[in-house]
Amino acid sequence: MTSAGQPRLGLIAASAGVLVAFLAAWEWLPGLMRIPEFILPPASRVWLEFLRVQQTENLWLHTGITALEVIVGFVLGSLMGLVIGCVLGVSPRAELVLSPYLLALQIAPKVAFAPLFVMWLGFTVYPKILVAVLIVFFPVMVNVLTAIRTIDPDLINLARTFSASRWQIFHMIEYPATMSPLFSGLRIASTLAVIGVVVGELVGGNKGLGYLLTYGEGQGNTALVMVSIIMLTLIGIVAYGSVALAERRVLHYLPRAQHTTA
Amino acid sequence: MTAAPARIEYRKVTRRFAPQRKGAEGVTAVIDVDLAIADGEVVSLIGPSGCGKSTLLNMGAGLYLPSDGEVLVDGVKVDRPNPQVAFMLQKDLLLPWRTIRENIELGLQIRGVAPAERRDRALRLMERCHLTGFADHHPHQLSGGMRQRAALARTLAVEPLVLLMDEPFSALDAQTKMVLQADLARSLADERKTALFITHDLVESVALSDRVLVMSHRPGRIIEELVVDLPDRDNPFGRRQHPRVIEYVKALTALLDIGHQELHA
Repeated sequence: MTSAGQPRLGLIAASAGVLVAFLAAWEWLPGLMRIPEFILPPASRVWLEFLRVQQTENLWLHTGITALEVIVGFVLGSLMGLVIGCVLGVSPRAELVLSPYLLALQIAPKVAFAPLFVMWLGFTVYPKILVAVLIVFFPVMVNVLTAIRTIDPDLINLARTFSASRWQIFHMIEYPATMSPLFSGLRIASTLAVIGVVVGELVGGNKGLGYLLTYGEGQGNTALVMVSIIMLTLIGIVAYGSVALAERRVLHYLPRAQHTTA
Repeated sequence: MTAAPARIEYRKVTRRFAPQRKGAEGVTAVIDVDLAIADGEVVSLIGPSGCGKSTLLNMGAGLYLPSDGEVLVDGVKVDRPNPQVAFMLQKDLLLPWRTIRENIELGLQIRGVAPAERRDRALRLMERCHLTGFADHHPHQLSGGMRQRAALARTLAVEPLVLLMDEPFSALDAQTKMVLQADLARSLADERKTALFITHDLVESVALSDRVLVMSHRPGRIIEELVVDLPDRDNPFGRRQHPRVIEYVKALTALLDIGHQELHA
């Protein structure tokens, strides 16, 4: 918490050094090792491709659509996870009834549903969003459910000695207690949402970065594939960063050390 | 038994717990406990660990019911948590997302007291419990002693007639503990609260209470009562200085058979 300025600056410099070294290696090693450009284009080639597809391939439109799908899928999936996690958390009976099916659905590889959703919903944004919802739902739900289950029973008893109703116990104790684990779930979910959307786009459609990726692959355009991957990563970083930022604001009451780990 | 009508009374209270697994035996935590505490009286309960002290407290708070017998508060049978009784544990149970003031207001908020009024009451209590200036702090910013003060303020905020306390100071260091004991003793005396106080600290039990009850091993029953005939119940610092304190502690040590029993680890 009280890290002095000096070592911190040093760390940042070291981190930047790694990036520079990586970019340099990417730029010159393939040439030195005689790796052909269609296998591993150097960094500058990928940069030029990035500039080119902005003009010719509507890069920003594809990026925007993918980002939109990620946001909608993430929000819907998280809300579902939160609500269902809470319901199962306060009702052990519901959990007992549903848990085998939830477990089965959790074990099933969610991305495998993508072709099915495309068959149902066509080459639209919906199947992509649906895959994201499905994949985001579980980590959020499990974290919320576990949070409610592991609340100190004495806390509940304390509220009960004040004659709290079931609803009061939920909204004053159980629900706020889910916040910290909820955000751990949301961090995972934010990166999973990108995976869900990309898989959906790879399977079918003619919009989004996943489509651009398969398009580049079909043309043997390795640089375009890499541009798409980088853009997807950037979307993931922004999504993750937004969650982390929101977490800092919502969980301001926790001592810092507890929620700074990535 | 005291002559005055009891504020809280246990009549022939037995509590059994169902077996945890099939085939295992159920546990009888306490058996045939009779005890009555008069208005304004402070009674300590001591006994070996696992003897059912906490079980007695939970039944007093109405968290669960006796298997046999009954608990009465002001002559009314306790069959659910009720506003006359508040309890306090070794854990402070402060909610980390609430400020200290909001934590103290918890009971009032649950009971539907208007925000302005519960704020006033909380601030007044914070002053009395030496928490002034910490209203907007969060629990993690406070020391263990301060947190336990806040827990005490939260307990007092609902203005209970009876306080049930389960080793409230046992997690604190020796000095903090003495300061908090003094605060508690003064609050209890000033407001004529009735209290049942569980502790493992024999000196604490003598310093704080009018009577000390000794419980047996499980199934717990009350095997002895010791009336603490010393002045200064509202001032544990003063009472500790009293030469006869050591006699009481000796007597309690003998009753608990400390030093002779084997430790069952």
